Amino acid sequence: MKLITVNFLTCAVKGCKTAAASYPLHFRDAELELQELEFQPEFILNIIPRIDWEALRVMANELGFPKIPDTKPEGDALKDEQLLKELHRLLLETQVVEGRLCCGNCGHEYMIKEGIANFLLPSHLGLIFLSVKLVLDFADPAQSKYTKV
Amino acid sequence: MFQPWQTFPRLIRNRMKSRMSMKCTNKLPVIFPPLVIRYYRFFSCRTHPPSSIFQLQYGDSVLTLRQPWPIVEQFLKGLEPGSVGLDVGCGNGKYLAVNREVFIVASDRSANLAQIAQKHQPHSTIIADILHLPHPDSFFDFAISIAVVHHLSTPERRVQAIREILRTLKPATEDSPGGRALIYAWALEQKSSRRGWDKGDPQDIMVPWVMKGTTSADAPSNEPKVFHRFYHLYKESELQQDINKAGGHVLESGYEKDNWWAIATRINPGSP
Repeated sequence: MKLITVNFLTCAVKGCKTAAASYPLHFRDAELELQELEFQPEFILNIIPRIDWEALRVMANELGFPKIPDTKPEGDALKDEQLLKELHRLLLETQVVEGRLCCGNCGHEYMIKEGIANFLLPSHLGLIFLSVKLVLDFADPAQSKYTKV
Repeated sequence: MFQPWQTFPRLIRNRMKSRMSMKCTNKLPVIFPPLVIRYYRFFSCRTHPPSSIFQLQYGDSVLTLRQPWPIVEQFLKGLEPGSVGLDVGCGNGKYLAVNREVFIVASDRSANLAQIAQKHQPHSTIIADILHLPHPDSFFDFAISIAVVHHLSTPERRVQAIREILRTLKPATEDSPGGRALIYAWALEQKSSRRGWDKGDPQDIMVPWVMKGTTSADAPSNEPKVFHRFYHLYKESELQQDINKAGGHVLESGYEKDNWWAIATRINPGSP
């Protein structure tokens, strides 16, 4: 999973969405890997405005990347190709292959396997939703009319 | 004395094999469809049967045959470079290859498909449920969900799925039009298609998909496997109604290749 992805993720549990602590998610036991990708300065330039810089810094610090600027680079700073290359390496080329992503609000941990994070909730977290649905589904007689194929 | 297994050993063996490969859930839809639909409803938010009951080896044949649809391509190519969006229910990720200037977080419920979709650069793939998307509110510039909502088996869940997609979109402000979502669903009105359904036919059905040439170790090769998947076939204007119920506003809609499609935005940040 590319590190940039974490900037666009939060906890899958409904109640956590409004809690500030659920963003960004935190890596645990992350196993990093570098997967080379063609460097496209325009892509990085276009994507920088959409990055939550504070969340990126939190993540980079937790993973032990020290060289992140304190503030989002703007204006002339963006003409520095070295900076863009470093961001390209950090955001797109650095991949988390194994590990966990942890929600700072509810503490739930999402497994990352073979570079893919799994956000399917275990049954107990979706249970309230499920049980309400079940009661509604079976209580409503209009719902039970199904046709054979 | 006549022994059939001596005279036709291959025939008998093949019979046995096919019997063994037919798991009980495989046969249920043919015998008693309502029970299977019940099953899907019982395991709410399941779009695919659980893998422990029936091993789905998606990826190669069943879901990759369809060509990219022109409207989807047009939608994706019309996005501004640097846009960030979602592909909810990305399948094998065929739409991830359309535009490399935007960033897409693709998600699918099937781990096998997510694995296949992962190869498309520069995007990213995760495993997630359409009813519980792990994305922040009011953030994304666009979202596509192609041939996904029709797999949910109750009207409430279909509306809930659309509401969940709309929730992630940027709301419109005075300066910007806000995020847009493109949603596709299979149409009931497809008289000219191979399936030939039309107005008046049942909308909640189990559709058999024949998989040829499976290479999985536990199945006999060369024997087509049949999977039944739940579909809710959308009537004309039903998709628009669902979007309205979910707190969305339909900008454009239409019919393309046996599917209804709609491009929607959020009406206001409060509702979805």
